[in-house]
Amino acid sequence: MSVQSETKTVDNGVNVEALLGAREALSEMPVAAEFTWRASCEWMGGAHSRSTVEGFFGLGEEKKHTKAFTFDADHPREFAATDAGATPLEMVLSALASCLTAGIASVAQNRGIQLRSVKATVEGDMNMYGVLGIDPDVRNGFSAIRINFDIDADATKEEIAAVVAQSQRRSAVFDIITNPTNVRVSVA
Amino acid sequence: MRRATTVIIGAGQCGLAMSRELTGRGVDHVIVERGRIGESWRSGRWDSLRLLTPNWMSALPGQDMPGDDPDGFMHTRELVSRFDLLARTIGAPVMENTRVVSVAAAGEGYRVQTDQGAIACGNVVIASGACAVPKVPGFASQLPASVAQFSPLTYKRPSDLPDGGVLVVGASASGLQIARELQMSGRQVLLAVGNHLRMPRRYRDADILVWMHLLRLFDEPFTKADDIERVRRTPSLPLIGDPSNRTLDLNALQDIGVEVTGRLAGIDAGRALFSGSLANMCAAADLKMNRMLERIDAWVSGKGFGPFVAPAERFAPTRVTDEPRLSSRLEADGIRSVIWATGFNPDHSWVHLPVFDRKGRIRHHGGVAGNGLYVMGLPYLRTRRSVHIDGAGRDARALARHLVRRLDNRLAA
Repeated sequence: MSVQSETKTVDNGVNVEALLGAREALSEMPVAAEFTWRASCEWMGGAHSRSTVEGFFGLGEEKKHTKAFTFDADHPREFAATDAGATPLEMVLSALASCLTAGIASVAQNRGIQLRSVKATVEGDMNMYGVLGIDPDVRNGFSAIRINFDIDADATKEEIAAVVAQSQRRSAVFDIITNPTNVRVSVA
Repeated sequence: MRRATTVIIGAGQCGLAMSRELTGRGVDHVIVERGRIGESWRSGRWDSLRLLTPNWMSALPGQDMPGDDPDGFMHTRELVSRFDLLARTIGAPVMENTRVVSVAAAGEGYRVQTDQGAIACGNVVIASGACAVPKVPGFASQLPASVAQFSPLTYKRPSDLPDGGVLVVGASASGLQIARELQMSGRQVLLAVGNHLRMPRRYRDADILVWMHLLRLFDEPFTKADDIERVRRTPSLPLIGDPSNRTLDLNALQDIGVEVTGRLAGIDAGRALFSGSLANMCAAADLKMNRMLERIDAWVSGKGFGPFVAPAERFAPTRVTDEPRLSSRLEADGIRSVIWATGFNPDHSWVHLPVFDRKGRIRHHGGVAGNGLYVMGLPYLRTRRSVHIDGAGRDARALARHLVRRLDNRLAA
């Protein structure tokens, strides 16, 4: 009986070789690893605002996305607003899901796991007594965030759970949400 | 069962002031006090504490201003001896060492159950103090067992703390004062600053409270306050009653070596996590202070007093380091004690009456909480003065008048 070693080609659309190469290059050049991400935001009236992201700093120089991306944010009609976009809160939830999802794709690629579909649902609970200033004991932000992944992949349940756990360990947005950050607000 | 027209619960500045008013109006009453007269001021304060209000603002009803210096600050020991003097002068009917177990409705009036028996009465005046229970966050229980915990009610003096660093949580009057005292004692203090107010002790040749008095900020009645809920939760003025008239702000604390950081957000596996909002908290406190100074300046120019007082000045902004610390591994950082200077609640747990709001606070209208039920000494009960020593007399007069009018109406009916 002959045993044939199985060679599978995994493609999650992530260029792991390039990422690992970048990791190696950056560990030699700490300055290049310092990135600054930016967004600009302009008031459109009422609760409606439009953010634009285009340039960022990294690898020691100014960089640009292939094009400028814009995001409209607003409040829903329940708050007497125009509902011209997602709420900033929903953007935070989306950012968390997107960050973890990108991480899952990379980790799975690196571990040779083919993904067929990754779907996430995120929920954030919030008591309006905080932002409305009704009760100082209620925080303004989410009291809890839940994210659930539904993943179809060529892997065991445990392997998938391990991929998700690892993506959480390396997620920038997960870190931003779960740990404090110094924030400075200034007026020009 | 013993009977009285009125039972006053608590023999502090409010209870004694009310007793004086009722005696003057011929209303028979008894004061029930869990310990000795002024017990909270005897046992629930730290050793060095002086009143934040100068002597001219700290007289008890019917008494002269304490001390020789109107701008001096009375030690709490002296306040307690003045309580004793007031009680003797008015012959206050105080039942000391009597703890109230419950106050419940009974017939037309109330039944006050104490550990020395029950008293039936028509009126109850709750004057048991605003600062009975420290508001300690739930995550306090997650502190490592090796870290000693104190509140401003249990903290007495630096030497009671284990050697090592101290985390002081909260930067209103108590937190600022205790942080200063501990740092001066040679301990390294880390101060976690949440909501914060800033105020100079003196401005333009006068105590800041003189100016606030002249601007009539202390006299606005509760019925005129924009958002009474909000003003009622404003903490004590961030001042220290120190003979040197020193200003106690975050710059002064940083000058002596206190490390300042953001609000304590939680404890996670022995690690304290601090909010990154310090810069914003400090900027807001500076803006608010400057608005107050502008109001004072406008008042001074409006009255033409400019030439007679020091010129207007603005103080350096609160210094915030580039990267305030966001966490501390308490044990590794040598922090051996935590002081919870995070505010207080009154203890009204023994009030068995349907008078509470959803947050467990007694609902009241300027101290009137129900038929014959009164509460005193709470923040902005009737004016901002309600928590000052000299606010007790005014509030007692207004509420005694209400109480007597109600008795008269019932007799007439």
